[in-house]
Amino acid sequence: MFSNLFKSNTFRHGIHPPEHKEETAKLAIKQFPFATEIVLPIVQHIGTPSQIIVSEGQEVQRGQLLATANGYVSVPLHSPVSGTVKKIKPVHTISGKMVPGIHIKPFPSSGQQAIKGDYLDVETASTYEILKAIQNAGIVGLGGAAFPTHVKLKVPEGKECKVLMLNGIECEPFLTTDHRVMLEQAEDIFMGIRFLMKATGAKEVIIGIEGNKQDAADYLSSKIPKGLPVSVKVVPVKYPQGSEKMLITSILGVEVPSGGLPIDVGAVVVNVATAAEIGRLLPYGKGIQERVVTITGPGVKNKGNYLIPIGTPLRFVLDTVGIDGKLSDVFMGGPMMGVSVSNLDISIVKGTSGIVVFTEKQTKKEEKVLPCIKCGACVDACPIFLNPSKLGIMAKFKAYDEMAENQNLMDCFECGSCTYVCPSNIPLVQYFGLSKSIVRKRNAQRKAS
Amino acid sequence: MQGRVLHISSSPHLVKGISTSDIMRNVVYALIPTAAFAIYLFGLNAFFILATAVISCVLTEFLLCRITKKDSTIGDWSAVITGLLFGLTLPPTIPLWMVFIGGFLAIAIGKFAFGGLGYNVFNPALVGRALLQAAFPVAMTTWMPGKAIDRFTHISTSVLAAPFMSPIVDGTTAATPLSAFKFDGIIASGTDLALGLVSGSTGETSALIIILGGIYLTFRKMMNWRIPIAILTTVYALSGILYLANPEVYPSPIFMLFSGGLMLGAVFMATDMVASPLTPLGVVVYGILIGVLVVVIRIWGGLPEGVMYAILLANAVSPHIDKAFQPRVYGTIKNKKNG
Repeated sequence: MFSNLFKSNTFRHGIHPPEHKEETAKLAIKQFPFATEIVLPIVQHIGTPSQIIVSEGQEVQRGQLLATANGYVSVPLHSPVSGTVKKIKPVHTISGKMVPGIHIKPFPSSGQQAIKGDYLDVETASTYEILKAIQNAGIVGLGGAAFPTHVKLKVPEGKECKVLMLNGIECEPFLTTDHRVMLEQAEDIFMGIRFLMKATGAKEVIIGIEGNKQDAADYLSSKIPKGLPVSVKVVPVKYPQGSEKMLITSILGVEVPSGGLPIDVGAVVVNVATAAEIGRLLPYGKGIQERVVTITGPGVKNKGNYLIPIGTPLRFVLDTVGIDGKLSDVFMGGPMMGVSVSNLDISIVKGTSGIVVFTEKQTKKEEKVLPCIKCGACVDACPIFLNPSKLGIMAKFKAYDEMAENQNLMDCFECGSCTYVCPSNIPLVQYFGLSKSIVRKRNAQRKAS
Repeated sequence: MQGRVLHISSSPHLVKGISTSDIMRNVVYALIPTAAFAIYLFGLNAFFILATAVISCVLTEFLLCRITKKDSTIGDWSAVITGLLFGLTLPPTIPLWMVFIGGFLAIAIGKFAFGGLGYNVFNPALVGRALLQAAFPVAMTTWMPGKAIDRFTHISTSVLAAPFMSPIVDGTTAATPLSAFKFDGIIASGTDLALGLVSGSTGETSALIIILGGIYLTFRKMMNWRIPIAILTTVYALSGILYLANPEVYPSPIFMLFSGGLMLGAVFMATDMVASPLTPLGVVVYGILIGVLVVVIRIWGGLPEGVMYAILLANAVSPHIDKAFQPRVYGTIKNKKNG
């Protein structure tokens, strides 16, 4: 018993923002209605954009391929509705970039039956077949990163995946997507685990869940199929535990090397919702058409966890759930790492884990940025032990290269803990994001010349 | 929803909501008991000294902001802290005009010359005190006994001395426990020291009340408790070793801990956020350095007290301490096997 006192089961540092999960945690996943127009940008993942294979005026069926993967680090795009391709023209994305988008008008009276593809049996499928099927299903990390899952699962030559970790941490405040998926889609998750174990060769599976989702942990534990080497591990609530590196440290007690990947410590981490999607789609050869999104925040009338067709316009989503008060901020993702929406004419994409709406009352006030008083709050918050105070000062002096070389800037994964605690309102993580992209650009130029 | 203007911010979109002025204001709260005890012990003298120190600092801050055309920063409470701390380190017989000059110097040289809040290398209050010590060595080392009977009705004439006149100290003067030890070999009683019923600077005498303020700030997570703990542990350990070696010559470690400005310095001066390191190991090294310097100056130096110079010296090297003791970044050493 006393050994537990000294054995930490969480990572060091981090922060405890208010959770705000109780508003939606108990609400079961509900099917969201079809919008009158579905808009699918061809960039919904990290990597090469998909290649459109349909043309304007063409009728498509739900589940039909609209765009194919363009290369290895790319995934295809499936139609979330049966309808007519109205037009193909550039659309806004959350980053502000315009990319080609497929506009589909759903058939009003269609039963919206999805077509199925080739049946894949987990018992007989090879590693290659499973990875190919995951790519064909258009699956990306549903936790928010939207990195093509088949690329992440490919264990490099000479490395070994000892443990497959399912990420059910969901440390972002407000979001309850993964929580509901764990409570409602246990069978899909375990089917997904079977595929994932074969894809990675992992002999052991650990599902990591934070203490505020004990019900999900208990439920999943009770549903583990006989013979499947799965265990559920509950860790204390702390942000940013949902980051792969922090999760690995919390559960395995090791650190992922600087600049390295989880596989360097023998682990592959997959989000629980991604695993559930794999388990649901692969046996039927289907592509991803919808995803669970938490629509919440003080500004939303009908908060909830909704199964929303990919490509549903944000404006339609907000009109449907209703807005209470004067709309002020809309975030895609959680409020810690999510992105401020500047334009409601963007779509729910594969990586959208949540929509958080603030009215004027909750909006972060534009406080004056004061000088750093070196209080050290950021140093105590940074989960990778950087010195954000010093980095912030260096960023002001544009010492980007020095930041990368001497202060491990590139290890920063922009969790925002430093900015969250800063009493002087210094936008540290914004500085670091900018500094990182400048360093990357400079390094690329140096390589080229 | 047409025509609605959305507010855009960079992540994180939530903030903890503790501001710099919140921290500073709480430091002032933590200092109130110490200031109240100073007034209890030294009466009107202490009241006027503290008031003059605070007014001088805030006024200087206000005027310098005006002159340098900066936004006024008096709202952040930092000048109030400097004023209070500065006043608490002064002897209770010091002329108010000296206090006023010292307060001006603390802010003008200790803070503004370096660029204002966040840029000061040294604790501004101690800069003010050090400059006074250099300019007026006699006034800065003339002490009166605490709890004088007429302290609430009578102000010492020296306190009210006209500017640039030599102060005449009326009534009785008293030696601080440290100077009594240094020059006469007398050791004050432990209880008197802890309770602060001895002579000394206005706010340095009651260790217990100072510790109370420190506990409050630690509880509010607005002070790095590692700094005072490192300082006090070092002083205790080092003077303990000396005492064990020769109790005839060296004072007891308890006496060292509770005498002079050590407690006030360790809890409220050395912890000045701007002038102290912020890396986890750096603050400990910084505390040890101060502790060693305090013992060295007190025991082997020419001065009875060394807390001020110890902190100022450590302030000077604190950026170097941070640099030398940078924390190991996540994932940068070979992983130990998980046990």
